[in-house]
Amino acid sequence: MTASYLLTATIVSAFAGVLLILLLPMRWGGAAKWIAFLSAVTGFGFAAAAFRAYDMSAGALPLQFGVDVPWVESLGIHFATGADGVSLVLLLLTGIIAITGVLFSWNVTRQPRAFFALFLTIIGGSYGVFQSLDLFLLFVCYEVVIIPKYFLISNWGSTNREYGAMKLTIYSVAGSALVLLGLIGVYILAPGRTLNLVALSQYPFPVAFQLWAFPVMFIGFGVLAGLWPFHTWAPTGHVAAPTAVSMLLAGVVMKLGSYGALRVAMTLFPQGLEYWRMPLAILATIGLLYGALVALAQRDLKFVVGYSSINHMGFVLLGLLTLNSLGLSGAVLQMFSHGIIGGLLFAVVGRMIYDRTHTREISVLGTMGLAKSLPFAALTFTVASAASMGLPGFSGFIAELQILLGTWKAFPVLLIFTMLGVGITVAFTLRALQKSFFPALISGETAPAPAPEPHEPLPPITFPERLGAVILMAATIGVGLFPKVLIDPILHSFESSQSMMHHLIQGVAR
Amino acid sequence: MNTLLFNLLTPELILADAALVVLIAGLIPFTSSHRGMILSLTLLGGLLSGAWILTHPANYSLFGGMVVLDPLTQLAKVAVLALSLIACVFAYGSTVKEHFAEYLALILFSTIGMMLLVGTEDLLMIFIGLELTSIPLYLLTGYLKKSSTSAEAALKYFMVGGVSAAFLLFGLSLIYGVTGVTSLRELAAITRTTGTDPLLLAGIVMALAGFGFKVAAVPFHLWAPDVYEGAPTSSAALIASGSKVAGFLILAKFLTFGLAKTSGSAAWDLMQAGWLPLLALIAAASVVIGNLAALSQRNVKRILAYSAIAQSGYMLLGLTAANANGVASVLFYVIVYAATTLGAFGVVAIVEQRRGGSDLDHFDGLHRTSPGLALCMGIFMISLAGIPPLAGFFGKFYLFSGALGSVASVHDGSFGLLWLLIVAIVFNAVSLYYYVIVLKHVFVAPADDAPAHDRACHCGVSAFVGLLALAVVALGLYPNALLNPIQNAIRSAVANPAKALVAQP
Repeated sequence: MTASYLLTATIVSAFAGVLLILLLPMRWGGAAKWIAFLSAVTGFGFAAAAFRAYDMSAGALPLQFGVDVPWVESLGIHFATGADGVSLVLLLLTGIIAITGVLFSWNVTRQPRAFFALFLTIIGGSYGVFQSLDLFLLFVCYEVVIIPKYFLISNWGSTNREYGAMKLTIYSVAGSALVLLGLIGVYILAPGRTLNLVALSQYPFPVAFQLWAFPVMFIGFGVLAGLWPFHTWAPTGHVAAPTAVSMLLAGVVMKLGSYGALRVAMTLFPQGLEYWRMPLAILATIGLLYGALVALAQRDLKFVVGYSSINHMGFVLLGLLTLNSLGLSGAVLQMFSHGIIGGLLFAVVGRMIYDRTHTREISVLGTMGLAKSLPFAALTFTVASAASMGLPGFSGFIAELQILLGTWKAFPVLLIFTMLGVGITVAFTLRALQKSFFPALISGETAPAPAPEPHEPLPPITFPERLGAVILMAATIGVGLFPKVLIDPILHSFESSQSMMHHLIQGVAR
Repeated sequence: MNTLLFNLLTPELILADAALVVLIAGLIPFTSSHRGMILSLTLLGGLLSGAWILTHPANYSLFGGMVVLDPLTQLAKVAVLALSLIACVFAYGSTVKEHFAEYLALILFSTIGMMLLVGTEDLLMIFIGLELTSIPLYLLTGYLKKSSTSAEAALKYFMVGGVSAAFLLFGLSLIYGVTGVTSLRELAAITRTTGTDPLLLAGIVMALAGFGFKVAAVPFHLWAPDVYEGAPTSSAALIASGSKVAGFLILAKFLTFGLAKTSGSAAWDLMQAGWLPLLALIAAASVVIGNLAALSQRNVKRILAYSAIAQSGYMLLGLTAANANGVASVLFYVIVYAATTLGAFGVVAIVEQRRGGSDLDHFDGLHRTSPGLALCMGIFMISLAGIPPLAGFFGKFYLFSGALGSVASVHDGSFGLLWLLIVAIVFNAVSLYYYVIVLKHVFVAPADDAPAHDRACHCGVSAFVGLLALAVVALGLYPNALLNPIQNAIRSAVANPAKALVAQP
């Protein structure tokens, strides 16, 4: 493949950024954000170029841009990467979140070098996970993300940051311990001691092994994807994190979990999947209902957004478990869509609002007349809310529609609860939007009430914030209007008969 | 004959000479006041000895395996020597101010013991090597004459060590009584035909008690926290690194090369009498107790001690593979672990000098005062916790997959040792908590404004800490650098045993 360097270049650009920042003298700490920005843009550029170069013609193999270099030859470990439509969509998402994350941390002045170096480490690790074709490499990249998260939250975070950071770290490590257990089992049972995912996906593992390895690995990855009841790290972690890291957590890190569940657990253990599918689908449904209900009751705006992540990730997991092309492609699209929308919501709440008002209490925010004093924030939050509710024209609509249709085919009973979840999602989103930005509309007044002026006027929205918000809004609207751009490659990678995930679609023999 | 013996033991002899020179230098008024000069003499001796090993590859054994010189022992000797020399450098920057020359000479004597220990395949020499290693270590532990904790630690170490040496000797004599041989290779041949004998098993159990003390495995671990805390930091570093490498390699050889046929089975549904069930139990207990006890410690040295107990558990788990691959994984891991923990002790030594203690609070805001050291400490802790891409993770992966994938474990697609692996992986996740707590003090907690006790540069110690951190990173990204030599050495030890040298007239 001629363009195989494109994928590796995404990882390289992130870690080159880390190195450059570390080499930066302390006096020039202010330049760190520029390096981070350049590195993020470069990484996105490579991801986008790979996306454009992706060949979807009928005969094309779904996995492209393959790189395979022996790493620890004597143990059969390779540096093997490659991407299909699913990977590319998530790589693209990582690139977008990287750029906007840097833009929304433009105001970080305390230890900027450390902040951006850790930030880019997470980005690099995520790029690695989404393109790994070797399970060992995937796991390495997956774990690289853990420690930087801890420091970013405990050092630059806000509410209850040390508790939130430690909780998140322990949950992540517990999840990856489960994954490691399954990984070693796979490594030993697979013929020829290989960890190449393509080779493994064609190997029929013993059923007895699949029956325990599948739940272990699915739940292990699911912890990071916010699978109920292992989700409790997410709200506290999201709330404690600084804005860019909340964006990363919701936008990318949670997707590492759902991607791993799909690419590893579900692809390698079809029989285990069949056995555990129903219980896990019920958990996913509980998660999406529970997230929505709890979000309805929150007083802290950031907690609303945090629980909405659980809700949206519930959709993703449910979509994955439907095992039909509608549900699967909807799930992947929802990963992208929630990545963008979640990022946007956290950006508004954490950066635009909290950094200026120093409060996130919905009732207090309501008295500030934010729609007037920060019109751009209000606009952005409205757009993000509309997208989050799944209104047509936004990326969330097409994704949730596909998942619902898929669920209808696969779990007709669960569909009732899922629809209920959709309803509550609208309710909590509207509640948060109205109460914090447009309180006057509730009381039925025609003109906004003369809000008590804050003691000092809120600083205006800066240019980097506007730019970041515009990028994210453009992404969600763009995908909402032209979903085929993403759906076609996703479907190609599921439906092509040479795909490693082809057998996931029900009724297709392995 | 004599020249031959001289050739085989040259590295040890060089070290012994160096130790004597250092002792004499300590008596001369001019040199004794120049600690740097004494240190250089020590390092010179060590480097000469190492250079001799590296330039004289051999594959010989003498006296029926009492002295063996093959790629495996040479690799282990180089590793032990390097670790000890770095401990010497740390001693230069640590609390040991009086009788510095004697201190370094004792380290060299202990190193000779370790080198003899890794270079033998004979029960008698194993015992002698262990004693030669341990006795200087007792002295090194109690070296701070005016510190009561140091004296207490030394006494404790000595008492427990003495008792366990007695157990070991009794166990070895039982093994000798049953089989009539002391050479590990002959032992392997005999046990292949006799199988397990109750008396032989009793001997093995007692010997395991002795080795268990050496590697600080539960329930023989109680000395470790006090010794690590009370001993001068450089002594603790040596106990945790060089002595660990030697202890584990000889334990691995003893069990895997000598007693493979009496292993029994530790599979959950298929337990059989032998040393495997006992070893598995000790491993599980070490992992559980070490990790849990570390959670509540407030002193970094004590955390490192309990972490050492837990890490011993992981390595014992690697030995349950009971094959050559298991030995390779244990050797890889123990070398990586020793380098990591040695580096951590180096950081502790500097902090102790600057701030007057090694409690967690003394590490507050280290990233402000010395960012480089803080970064190194971060690398060591994360590697100990087994987070990729550092060497500790790769080592654990190799250990765990070796044990779980061994013939002793896998049958019909199910894993007999899965229970042990689950214990290890679960408690490895627990261990991240206390490593992160250390890092929290280093990176997150605000710096205290107390004036530093001493603002010296500690350049030598820092340089070696940096080198060790670099090695940990490099071995994580490119494990082949250490893995391939180890695998080749073990393959050669199994397939191409050292040729017995016949005495020449």
